Amino acid sequence: MPQALGRVGVVADRSRFSELAMEHMPALYTAALRMTRNAADAEDLVQETFLKAYRSFDRFEEGTNLKAWLYRILTNTFINSYRSAKRRPEKADVEDVEDLYLYRRLADLRAGELGRSAEEEVLDHITDDEVKRAIESLPEAFRIAVLLADVEGFSYKEIAEITEVPIGTVMSRIHRGRRALQKALTDYAATRGLVGSAGTGR
Amino acid sequence: MGSDGSPDCEETIERLYIYLDGELTEERRVAIQAHLDDCSPCLDAYDFEAELRRVIAMKCRDHVPESLLARVRRALEDEERRAGSGA
Repeated sequence: MPQALGRVGVVADRSRFSELAMEHMPALYTAALRMTRNAADAEDLVQETFLKAYRSFDRFEEGTNLKAWLYRILTNTFINSYRSAKRRPEKADVEDVEDLYLYRRLADLRAGELGRSAEEEVLDHITDDEVKRAIESLPEAFRIAVLLADVEGFSYKEIAEITEVPIGTVMSRIHRGRRALQKALTDYAATRGLVGSAGTGR
Repeated sequence: MGSDGSPDCEETIERLYIYLDGELTEERRVAIQAHLDDCSPCLDAYDFEAELRRVIAMKCRDHVPESLLARVRRALEDEERRAGSGA
C-alpha cells in the first residue's frame, strides 16, 4: 500500500505545516470516524489532532514519517479524551474463529458447484457500510490495530510506535482483530444469503 | 514442513497474513512464495485474502466534509496569529 513519507526541512517549519499535513486529512478523518464511531466527535478529534500537531511541529524529526506522527497524535488524543466512558470489554471473542474464516465459508459454496466466481461475487457485494460497521464492531484495541494495518497499511513497527505497545502485542491484536472482522463480514454476508449458513461457523 | 525443508500447506496458511503484510524474513518470504507458485489451493486462498484486504481498505473511506476542512484551516490560522502576536 502506498505510504506517504512526509519529509520536511532540517528544522520543521511551522509555516509549511498546513501544506504538508492537510493531505493526510482524509485518512485521519476516516480513522477518527472508525475510532469515535460518530461524525461530531470525529471532527473534533481531527481538529484537536491538527492543532496539537501544529503546536509541536518543531519537535517533529526531519525525515521521519509525518503520517505516522500524525496518527500517533490522533490515537493518543482519542485514547485520552474521546474513548467512551463505558468501554466494552477488551476482548475479541475469536477462540472459535479460524484463519481464512470467510474464505472457508465460501468453500461450502464452491462444493455446491457455484465455482470460483462465488468468491469474487461476495467481495463485490460487501458494501462500504458493512465494512465500516464490521470494523466499528471490534473492541477498541483490535479496531485501532486493524485500522492501522489493513486500512492504512502501516508496518508492525510503525503501529507499535503509534500505539506505544510492543510489536508482539501489535501482531496479536491484528491477528485477533482480523479474525473478528472476518466473522462480522461473514455474518453480514450470511444475512443477505451470500454465503452458506454461517451460523454453523460458531 | 515438507521433507526438503520447504513449507507445507499448513505452514503456508499459518504465515499467509504475515506474508501479505510483507513482514516475513526474506528467507521465509521466498519459501512461502515458492509454495504458492506450486500449490493452487493455497494460491487461491492467498488471492482471496489479498483481494479482501484491498476491498476492506477501499470500502472504508469517508469523504471529508468541506466544513471540517474550513474549520481546521481557520483554527490553524488563528493559532498562527496568536503565536505571531505573542512572540
